[in-house]
Amino acid sequence: MALYSEKVMEHFRNPRNVGVIEDADGVGEVGNAKCGDIMKMYLKIEDDTITDVKFETFGCGSAIASSSMATELIKGKPVADAMKLTNKAVAEALDGLPAYKMHCSVLAEEAIQSALADYYEKHPDKKP
Amino acid sequence: MRIYADNAATTKPSRTAIEAMLPFLGEEYGNPSSLYALGQRAKEALEQAREDIAAVIHAEPKEIIFTSGGSEADNQAILSAAEAGRGAGKRHIISTAFEHHAVLHTLKKLEKNGFDVTLLDVHENGVVRPGELEAAIRDDTCLVTVMSANNEIGTIQPIRELGAICKRRGVLFHTDAVQAVGHIPVDVSADNIDLLSASAHKFHGVKGTGFLYVRKGVRLTNLIEGGAQERGKRAGTENVPGIVAMAAALKESAAHMDGNAARMRSLRDRLIAGLREIPHSALNGDAAQRLPGNVNFCFEGIEGEGLLLHLDDRGICASSGSACTSGSLDPSHVLLAIGRVHDVAHGSLRLTIGEDATEEEVDYIIRNVKEVVEHLRGFSPVWRDLTTGKARFIL
Repeated sequence: MALYSEKVMEHFRNPRNVGVIEDADGVGEVGNAKCGDIMKMYLKIEDDTITDVKFETFGCGSAIASSSMATELIKGKPVADAMKLTNKAVAEALDGLPAYKMHCSVLAEEAIQSALADYYEKHPDKKP
Repeated sequence: MRIYADNAATTKPSRTAIEAMLPFLGEEYGNPSSLYALGQRAKEALEQAREDIAAVIHAEPKEIIFTSGGSEADNQAILSAAEAGRGAGKRHIISTAFEHHAVLHTLKKLEKNGFDVTLLDVHENGVVRPGELEAAIRDDTCLVTVMSANNEIGTIQPIRELGAICKRRGVLFHTDAVQAVGHIPVDVSADNIDLLSASAHKFHGVKGTGFLYVRKGVRLTNLIEGGAQERGKRAGTENVPGIVAMAAALKESAAHMDGNAARMRSLRDRLIAGLREIPHSALNGDAAQRLPGNVNFCFEGIEGEGLLLHLDDRGICASSGSACTSGSLDPSHVLLAIGRVHDVAHGSLRLTIGEDATEEEVDYIIRNVKEVVEHLRGFSPVWRDLTTGKARFIL
């Protein structure tokens, strides 16, 4: 049995939405280098919809795949949907993660939450 | 294509080893403890293996105890010395911070049982300083255990000097020589080694077999009870096929050691020079005092697991000391022991080439490691912070 599912490997090999959004509406960074995982998410939001999302990740294969999958799951979606994204949904979309790698999906959820929090801080009028 | 560059993890069993063991997996299936001819032929093979192995490390055949591998040998050596120490009222053991866990975890267990353990500093270059051992020995020191060569960073320890100090001070000296035996000269007599652990699959034997050298007169404590095998010191019907393969592999390795080592050193140095071209990278461990096949680097701004997965996609088998590859939150205790900080230790890569490595393979590894490191740095927030001046480079 391989370490990861084919889906994880596919996202690890060809991560989606990699990069930076210079004029992002919300930016979130979670994790720390000491523990070996850092995820940074950049959101572009128009009319309560996530029109663009990019990420940068320092971490293992499943951290990279989780970031990539998380961006796919929220891109083009209403902000309200992104708010509800759970780590479980990310892991399921990847056809599962090994138990000791579940924290990677948690980190992806937290990175998005952190970017949304940043967005609301900059745009208090948008707060639901 | 597959380039196997993880020979410190395990090696490919040699043709010679496999052929030597084959009869004992078939027609020569006797139990060495049986008195009829079939059993006695197995016994002869076992004793021949013991003689061959003893000759390679300059020991007497009687001083070789066959075990299931390096970990068992480490456990038995340390627990035996501790038991003897306890009897004499000596409960202090000296070791190093970057030993294999087979040693460190055994010492932890002893600490819980009233032993005092001093871990010597291995310094930035990954080499113990004999003067510091001299200073650490106390009246109640019963054992010094220092590995011959480190399994991660490949640094070779000054075993002869350490052995001489132990002999002069009357302290038992054990060395975990799992990475050394079959690769660099080992001489238990000249080096004043009392106990030595080795594992067959690290020198082209098969897994599940190893040995413990125990100097005549040093008392062993049994880990496994239940029979008279191995002079009553290790019960259980001997793994005859594995032991025969181990002896054949070791004889072969020893016969070609000088030539192989010289060629591997030159390839190792070519690999090191190539990887040094990657900016913000550093070789882990002393460049000269290291095993002929060992290369270990840290690359700032990336995490090791991603590096390994991409290299696997490109046919290269390697390993890393990152937390993600160890299944724990902390990176390798060896890299931490030589002073690498967590952030950098996560981005480590160990390449251990074998005797059959070629220049073309080394160049392929260099090219691919460079590409993968660049790829991973390309979307690493840590690397961005470093290159935009938000954080300071460590390497």
